Amino acid sequence: MKITQISVFLENKKGRLYEVCSLLGKNNVNIYALTIAETESFGVLRIVVDKSDLAVKVLKQNNFVANITEVVAVEVADQPGGLAAILKILVNNDISVEYMYGFVEKFSDKAILVFRFEDTDKAQKVLIGNDIKIVTKKEIEDL
Amino acid sequence: MIWNEKIETMEPRALKDIQSDRLKKLVAYIYKNCSVYKKKFDDAKITPGQIKSIDDIKRLPFTVKEDMRDNYPYGLFSASPKDLVELHVSSGTTGNPTLVGYTKDDIKLWSDVMARTICCAGAEPGDTIQIAYGYGLFTGGLGFHYGAMEMGLKIIPTSSGQTSRQLKIMRDFSPRILACTPSYCLYMADEARDMGLNPADSSWKIGIFGAEPWSASMRKEIQQIWGMLATDVYGLSEIIGPGVAQECKYQDGLHIFSDVFFPEIIDPKTGQEMPPGKDGELVITTLTKQGIPLIRYCTRDVASINYEKCRCRRTSPRISKIKGRTDDMIIVRGINVFPSQIEHVLLGIEGTHPHYQIIVDRQAHKLDTVEVLVEVDEKIFSDEVKKLHEFEERIKMEIEGLLSIGVKVTLVEPKTIQRSEGKAKRVIDKRIL
Repeated sequence: MKITQISVFLENKKGRLYEVCSLLGKNNVNIYALTIAETESFGVLRIVVDKSDLAVKVLKQNNFVANITEVVAVEVADQPGGLAAILKILVNNDISVEYMYGFVEKFSDKAILVFRFEDTDKAQKVLIGNDIKIVTKKEIEDL
Repeated sequence: MIWNEKIETMEPRALKDIQSDRLKKLVAYIYKNCSVYKKKFDDAKITPGQIKSIDDIKRLPFTVKEDMRDNYPYGLFSASPKDLVELHVSSGTTGNPTLVGYTKDDIKLWSDVMARTICCAGAEPGDTIQIAYGYGLFTGGLGFHYGAMEMGLKIIPTSSGQTSRQLKIMRDFSPRILACTPSYCLYMADEARDMGLNPADSSWKIGIFGAEPWSASMRKEIQQIWGMLATDVYGLSEIIGPGVAQECKYQDGLHIFSDVFFPEIIDPKTGQEMPPGKDGELVITTLTKQGIPLIRYCTRDVASINYEKCRCRRTSPRISKIKGRTDDMIIVRGINVFPSQIEHVLLGIEGTHPHYQIIVDRQAHKLDTVEVLVEVDEKIFSDEVKKLHEFEERIKMEIEGLLSIGVKVTLVEPKTIQRSEGKAKRVIDKRIL
């Protein structure tokens, strides 16, 4: 049920994000979701793509440090209080969110959010137990 | 004045007799008391009896820093540890630190050469000296302290740092002599201006600067800004600390106290003596030290030597300003740093063998900064920024713990550190001295 996120180390230098995106574009990899955590000197780019294995391979071939992280993509009602409802479940079950971000593409009237949990398995179990729809890897690839 | 008139203005021939006599006694003393040196001599097939004059020094084996490290703590000492009255320890290149120890007579020797040094810079009895070298395991502060005591000067032992306090003390007590690192002196000028003071109004008329490389242009700047004579002092803890050589008011080379610290300039590749005026590695033999006397110690400092008599009447030879190093050591804020130390820290952190680069820089009138670039590899990398920060912080703490200087650690992308012939260039020194 978990999906794959690719994390890439980027120095704060002009053009680095472009280089990653252009590399993926050339290899016909589509980016569905993206977020950057930035610090004074470097940033970590996190992306969800349609072809994770290929993306990691080409990034490494081009001297980027990239790794794969398991994250959980969740469907959320695209309306006021949609995210709050999910977060309430997490809070009540004492689950910490390391970081989260939204999906670029919508494939229904619902929004998709990507969560990185400290304890992914536990979070997933709790979410399923509360009838929250988790997006599968296959669904992502088929987008 | 000249502190030790008799020795410092002695005819070269008479000086040579003293050096010869001292070398003979030194070799016999070391051979008898230090098994490490005895083995070195035996391996070189040299017996003390074969050393008849100072010219025979060329037959003796060299000593290098690794000898001190490998025989840590007391292996290279000739005196018994119970006869030592003071120890100074510096961080070593890798593994063991470097230990030097002084007997009571060694402290007397240090006091004498430091009194010669401070006099040579132009101090007179009755002067007040502000000693802004660090006091502690670093030999700078205490060495100056002993010399100034010997001379009977009034000492203000401010040690390093606390700049606004240094300046207030200078205004309140009008010391004529300042001893500190040259970069700190320039740094204090900016601080003085920030406090609304004019550096040219300062009481300091003579500066005794050393413990780090500095150039003619830095000297000019210091002299202009502060209105003082800026002189160069040379020393290293292995030999004694500060007090090995010092410039007189003519600023034309540093008088080396060759009756006790015998200098040679050698070609580091062949070990052969270089002619006067030609650059080579400075090699020093401590002729009278008791605790840890060293034979032909290779300082790794590059200099030339001049045997002509100086206008100041001193007959001791003069070494040039230190022009560089024969190894990759860098000096940052008076502290010796070897790239291997930083490598050691990185290797010690579990699972990392990253490429790194040390960037040393100095903004105008600011203290030296050290930045360590570390290439991120897959083992280090995490999607969580806080883990990357923790990694940076850990490297920083370990380096700072080892070297006692602040550093900035920056993670960089792989293969971005410049490599030449497959090897990364370890140090980029951007300082304009």
